[in-house]
Amino acid sequence: MEIPLRLRVAVPISIVALLLILPSCSAQDIQVVNAERRIDLTSHIVKVFLTLKVENTGASPASEILLAFPSTQADHLALVKAQVAIGKRKKRTYSPLDVNPKELPDAPNGTKYLSVILLTPLAAGEAVTLEVLYMLTHSLEPFPMEISQSESQLVYYRDSALILSPYHVKQQITFIKTPTTKVESFTVVDPTHRAGTELKYGPYNDRPPYSYSPVIVHFENNSPFAVVEELVREVEISHWGSLQITEQYKLAHAGARHKGVFSRVEYQSRPGHSGVSSFKHLLARLPPTVHSVYYRDEIGNISSSRLRLGAQKSELEIEPRYPLFGGWKATFIIGYGLPLEDFLFESPDGRRYLNFSYGCPLVETVVDKLTIKVVLPEGSKEPSAVVPFPVNQHLEKKYSYLDVVGRTVVVLEKKNVVPEHSIPFQVYYHFNPIFMLAEPLMLTSVFFLLFVTCVAYLHMDLSLRK
Amino acid sequence: MVGKSEPINGTAKSHPPPPPASSPLSPRSSDLLSGYFSFKSLKLKTKQQELLIRVSILCLVYVLAFVTRLFSVLRYESMIHEFDPYFNYRTTLFLTEKGFYEFWNWFDSESWYPLGRIIGGTLYPGLMVTAAVLYWGLRFLRFAVHIREVCVLTAPFFASNTTLLAYFFGKEIWDTGAGLVAAALIAICPGYISRSVAGSYDNEGVAIFALLLTFYLFVKAVNTGLLSWGLASAFGYFYMVSAWGGYVFIINLIPLYVLVLLMTGRYSMRLYVAYNCMYILGMLLAMQIRFVGFQHVQSGEHMAAMGVFFLMQVFYFLDWLKHLLSDTKLFQAFLRMTVTSAVGLGAVALGVGTASGYISPWTGRFYSLLDPTYAKDHIPIIASVSEHQPTAWSSFMFDFQILLFLFPAGLYFCFKRLSDATIFIVMYGLTSMYFAGVMVRLILVATPAVCLISAIAVSATIKNLTLLLRAKTKAPQSASGKGGSSGKAASKGLLDQSQPFQKNGAIALLFGAFYLLSKYVTHCTWVTSEAYSSPSIVLAARGAHGNRVIFDDYREAYFWLRQNTPPDAKVMSWWDYGYQITAMGNRTVIVDNNTWNNTHIATVGRAMSSYEDEAYEIMKSLDVDYVLVVFGGVTGYSSDDINKFLWMVRIGGGVFPVIKEPDYLVNGEYRVDKGAAPKMLNCLMYKLSYYRFGELTTEYGKPPGYDRARGVEIGNKDIKLEYLEEAFTTSNWIVRIYKVKPPNNRW
Repeated sequence: MEIPLRLRVAVPISIVALLLILPSCSAQDIQVVNAERRIDLTSHIVKVFLTLKVENTGASPASEILLAFPSTQADHLALVKAQVAIGKRKKRTYSPLDVNPKELPDAPNGTKYLSVILLTPLAAGEAVTLEVLYMLTHSLEPFPMEISQSESQLVYYRDSALILSPYHVKQQITFIKTPTTKVESFTVVDPTHRAGTELKYGPYNDRPPYSYSPVIVHFENNSPFAVVEELVREVEISHWGSLQITEQYKLAHAGARHKGVFSRVEYQSRPGHSGVSSFKHLLARLPPTVHSVYYRDEIGNISSSRLRLGAQKSELEIEPRYPLFGGWKATFIIGYGLPLEDFLFESPDGRRYLNFSYGCPLVETVVDKLTIKVVLPEGSKEPSAVVPFPVNQHLEKKYSYLDVVGRTVVVLEKKNVVPEHSIPFQVYYHFNPIFMLAEPLMLTSVFFLLFVTCVAYLHMDLSLRK
Repeated sequence: MVGKSEPINGTAKSHPPPPPASSPLSPRSSDLLSGYFSFKSLKLKTKQQELLIRVSILCLVYVLAFVTRLFSVLRYESMIHEFDPYFNYRTTLFLTEKGFYEFWNWFDSESWYPLGRIIGGTLYPGLMVTAAVLYWGLRFLRFAVHIREVCVLTAPFFASNTTLLAYFFGKEIWDTGAGLVAAALIAICPGYISRSVAGSYDNEGVAIFALLLTFYLFVKAVNTGLLSWGLASAFGYFYMVSAWGGYVFIINLIPLYVLVLLMTGRYSMRLYVAYNCMYILGMLLAMQIRFVGFQHVQSGEHMAAMGVFFLMQVFYFLDWLKHLLSDTKLFQAFLRMTVTSAVGLGAVALGVGTASGYISPWTGRFYSLLDPTYAKDHIPIIASVSEHQPTAWSSFMFDFQILLFLFPAGLYFCFKRLSDATIFIVMYGLTSMYFAGVMVRLILVATPAVCLISAIAVSATIKNLTLLLRAKTKAPQSASGKGGSSGKAASKGLLDQSQPFQKNGAIALLFGAFYLLSKYVTHCTWVTSEAYSSPSIVLAARGAHGNRVIFDDYREAYFWLRQNTPPDAKVMSWWDYGYQITAMGNRTVIVDNNTWNNTHIATVGRAMSSYEDEAYEIMKSLDVDYVLVVFGGVTGYSSDDINKFLWMVRIGGGVFPVIKEPDYLVNGEYRVDKGAAPKMLNCLMYKLSYYRFGELTTEYGKPPGYDRARGVEIGNKDIKLEYLEEAFTTSNWIVRIYKVKPPNNRW
């Protein structure tokens, strides 16, 4: 069933290929003048803000800057965004840059690279300031692995005090922000300084390429480790005016496993001390025009949810059937309808396109595997998807109410999704509005035939005896 | 065949009314040719109008029967109710996923651990197959429904179909008017609604339809003497056998009816054809159901049918002989000899069969129907179920309301116009009323009969009254007009002269009848919405501010089990929750609602009523990982395990004499407070229900550990568990789950 779709993502890649042929500058021609790294460990998604001031010391202009990641981190890398600052202090604007994975033949210890393509090649002797944001999921390792209800959750964070870089780094500094002041231990790489919730590594001067100095921070983190192991979002388009979304969640608490007794008395009477790492609320941000929301699971409706409709956004506060402790799981389904006119548009070439947000509507959750299924109306042709990041695509068939030939389903799959992936994507297709009438016509003809047979039956005498 | 012969019958039945109306008119209008034609078209029109009204009433009743059962869906959600339906739902799910052969050969290792259960051989598959066929049909027509929706709506759908059957049945035994009234009455009768609301996915939902279908087809066969109807009734019987254990009622009622007809001298060739066809074919078909098997020839409950079958042959033989023999005296002697020898032979065969064990004796359930006190003394497990209790008068009133008074009136009308069909309905009504008195749940079986007989009363009364009214308006023509229409005209004519205020009286009576009927409607609606439409798995209560509070603790616990315990975990609970745990929690249970092994249930009862260390030994021997108890002390939910506990003691004590009921009572009184028996305060059930409950303040102004379900402060607040630990307690404490600790490490 897999039919490759035309990709717009493919276009930048070919540009990269062109650019790569031109300059063949070696890594040594570039050096990092100043690097500042801020690691935010307050939630279970690790956010790293990296500011690099890069200088081209070689002779030829450089068009790309390489970012290096140890192989352990590269697997957990959910998102990398890079931007460059243009202009001076006051009129500074940022423009985003393309980031692409890159293979280098002589990578030490399985180091993985990402290359940041600069807008204009960096001429010899010039410097540029890059801002890079990357997010790591599943990078906080609970220790102890199992905790009881009254304990709070402690986690390890492993990284390097020195920024891993294929370039010479002249000066660097790393700040690590922990959620509370409770830090059990941390590796000291002089100069290391700790104040409140902030740990400071550095400044370190003149480190050669691929310098690495492992550090472990052991600290308290009781933020909800809500991980959706699998999420299937089905968007069904009906040209009669509505968009029906069904989202199937497999939620898990990925923190330290719960050990031993769960005592309801303690959980109810001492909420501040008991089960601090557990969570029982989740917040889903839905579009403002949402209607007919439901929240259920395999065995029926879950009555504990609240919907707040607003002009900007609607918020659905859901409570799983039971509070989730470490290692506990819950599956559920959220469904809602949206008015079609807000999401379906006609492009100038006569095709229709759906403009919908990728990513999971739950706030602060990691999705390990996200599948979006766009169910196009019956009779639509030539579907093509435009997604701003690489995804696996294929087509399926689905039969819904009164379908004869089946509906085309565009399936988009992506692993390791963080809330920052909630950016719009488009699915283009051809659709003839005459198909909208097929199902009503079928129904009316069936009823018409029924009545005709009734009339005929009443007017005919079928008995043999007269 | 059914569809084809219908119009013949329909036209035949609907013909009689027009002639009387037309006969006084025809001499006048036949003068002119044109007038004759206009009259003809007019006649056709009234017939069409009557048909239109009849069909639209039936359609409305059909819709009404469906809609009135949707209260629970509107008020709660589209969900399966109660206990048994969850098993049916689970098996239907299995059937639709794996196909019929897998289903038929399914060995379920998730229940009755470690024994397991052969599902295909121990259930009536009719309901599941019906729902699966509906589901596949809808899927084929491209209706993307979920199997749960089909299961939830199966019972209302069949209730609607039953109204149609009631119409045809009423038409068969009385007239179309009675049929229409019967359809309307049965559509909203609470006795039937109680078992067929949306979500009550139980055998009875389909079985009442099958029951009425079999009876209708059989009566039709007796009335017509056609083999086709007999064949159809055999298939109806097969459907009934596949759907519900209550088929035993049919296989005993029909022979009884035949016997009565034989004794009242109503033997006819029609009866012979109908019964023989139905019995032989029905028996052969019923043997195809594995759960029933060869019971038709081997069990005591089915022997009456066989006896009547043989008696029928003797009758036929005698009839033939009588035809041959001209000498009546000789025939009388022969008759005596044959009958005595036949009866004697039958008795000897029965005796030999029973003694040799070929014919099994009557089961306990059957005995308990004949003797209401039997279960209480011998089978506590049957007596412990609330729906097996003898019926109180109030529940008769609740379920039938005015039908209870109309029933005798209907019987009167039936006796006034005795025919093969009315004899049948009278017998059906009387026997089922008796059974309804013995067991609450059998009110359901009586409902169709009560509705039909009441419908006869209502229809006949209203018909007579309206005839009176109309007779007054056209007094001069009434005598000639009524003569042809009905036999009652003569008596009406007499009444005409005798009662001066007859017309006013008739109007008053009519209004009275309509008032009663409208009362019936409001009562039924009220009962349906208030009493029979709660799913019992979700509890609703009124909050302090009048808002509705929902306690969804059962599903909370079952879902927790489903998600957070190892897939092969074994859960021990009282048998009531077995089906729900396997269906919703997807975990193995020790005992469930299919109470086929009394010893196993008694073992669980014994564990629950022993001290913790003794219970631990039992639980270890049963491989139990989790123990689930239901506790209503926080919410005031009264049907919890502490209130059922005495039954556990009784059932456990019935098999294991170690458990003695008096140990748990103080002076014959069951208490949980300080004055409770020491064994009670330390048995497993008490400990699991009240573990750490003593720390909780449930009601303002009451000491901690105040049990709201029983209204007392508990007697043992310092409960320590040694071999179990609390694994999960739901938010309102209704379900508590404990984990059995693994054996201690010796080192």
